[in-house]
Amino acid sequence: MSGDIRVAHAPNRLTRGLILGVVGLVFAVPILAMVEFTLRRGLEGGYDLHRWTDLFQGGLTGEYKPVLVALGNSVGLAIGTVAIILLLLVPTMLLVHIRFPQLRRVLEILCILPISIPAIVLVVGLAPVFSVVAQLVGSGVWTLAFAYGITVLPFAYRAIQSNLDGVDVRTLSEAARTLGAGWGSVLLRVLVPNLRRGILAGAFIAVAVVLGEFTIASLLNRVNLQTALVVVSKNDPYTAVILSLIALSVAFLLLLAIGRLGTVRRPRAQTARTPVSAASPTSTPTPTGARP
Amino acid sequence: MLLFLALPTLIAVGTGFVGADGGFTLDTVGALADPVVLSAFGSSIWLSALTAVIGAIVGALVCYALLGAPADGPLRSTIDSLSSVLAQFGGVMLAFAFVATIGIQGMITVLLRDSFGIDIYADGVWLYELPGLVLPYIYFQVPLMVITFMPALVSLKTTWAEANATLGGTARSYWLRIALPVLAPSFLGSLLLLFANAFSSYATAAALTSQGSQIVPLQIRSALTSETMLGRENLAGALALGMILVMAVVMVGYSVLQSRAARWQR
Repeated sequence: MSGDIRVAHAPNRLTRGLILGVVGLVFAVPILAMVEFTLRRGLEGGYDLHRWTDLFQGGLTGEYKPVLVALGNSVGLAIGTVAIILLLLVPTMLLVHIRFPQLRRVLEILCILPISIPAIVLVVGLAPVFSVVAQLVGSGVWTLAFAYGITVLPFAYRAIQSNLDGVDVRTLSEAARTLGAGWGSVLLRVLVPNLRRGILAGAFIAVAVVLGEFTIASLLNRVNLQTALVVVSKNDPYTAVILSLIALSVAFLLLLAIGRLGTVRRPRAQTARTPVSAASPTSTPTPTGARP
Repeated sequence: MLLFLALPTLIAVGTGFVGADGGFTLDTVGALADPVVLSAFGSSIWLSALTAVIGAIVGALVCYALLGAPADGPLRSTIDSLSSVLAQFGGVMLAFAFVATIGIQGMITVLLRDSFGIDIYADGVWLYELPGLVLPYIYFQVPLMVITFMPALVSLKTTWAEANATLGGTARSYWLRIALPVLAPSFLGSLLLLFANAFSSYATAAALTSQGSQIVPLQIRSALTSETMLGRENLAGALALGMILVMAVVMVGYSVLQSRAARWQR
């Protein structure tokens, strides 16, 4: 109805196409270059797929075994980090939200703080801490999960908090308590299902961050996917680039899945629970002028 | 939490003040005044500022182009995911990408040399030195700008544009008088965040340059791993202290700007 006026602040199709086209093209070049690089046939020139087929037929054995081990390490670390988020962060956030609302600011500052401390600085201090940790429980790779738990804290906190803001946790838990539920079933059967979206998004982001982490692992001499890639790139750049391309596309699909997760549910949630959606910060372009 | 965040930070900062004999000293902090260290901080700040400004402008343009695209549509969700991947996941792999692109045998290098006769490395190979970091850094700064600035741009209410139009304003007056003043704090805030991001990033630089250490994170690496700098064991701590100081200034500025910006994002 107000189509003409809205165009006054949104760009027209041509401008949008032009900007996205140019920037998209520039950003596509390095990725294309990576693909081109992996298809090179060697000194005689020309292109073929032999590096890709070799890699997959070889089944990542022999000299690529370390990459597989490193991938295993990274996946294990990702699981450990997600476990820390689920078992520590989620209950803490819920407890603060329901019982100690006055602590919310403190928790927020604590959780966002790691973003302002560079990983490279954290490493300087972590080195002595980890030498103590190594004496106590050994220098297994899994100990890094604690450090990663800190680095993913801001991302996970944001994802869960934005979901928490849109759900009336207090009413839900009081209703469940009135109906005779214990705290355990309030948490597991009422709150967690309602916060499923935020928790999943937080967990996915944690996985992406952990799989992409390099700084801490490399300077503490632990092996994870990224440090192994660097090692491989020193003697076989082609394989390193192929593995990077695969890792990038997997991460892209993972994050695309998060996005879908959020968007598919939103329309349904808003028609189902109108009072909740009115309080949600992500308002759709409905007339919201009535809000104070 | 305490063990893995507070303690490391305190140790990192604290070791800056501890001398070789274990006593309190300002000598190591004095090492921050060393010309090599100073020039590393200088290039770090220069690199971060340059890439932050370019990243912020290009990123803001992309956000503007995305304005009006439905938030749940395929275009927005694809770009959102791509941005997150490149901004948070890239690191080491971006270094590979740029070696493949503008390395000595990279696609663009070869293309320019063979087809246009332009040798971008006529004055020597700069990819593995400080200037070479600029392009890869921009490559992850722009996506980060898209992620951080998009919410601010989306929060521009269409009713403002409508009010402007019904009062006889033009598109020009809308942008100059309404949108830009509202967006300014968010834009500057995102700019600071980008600066902080570049300043603290390590993986791309570490994977790209294995010799020399022109920026502070690489200086920390060599201070941590080197065994040749006798009597300077705690240099890493001093460097970390310097980085934290810069970051603290940036983050305080960011939170001030953010609280100003939040006023318009309800």
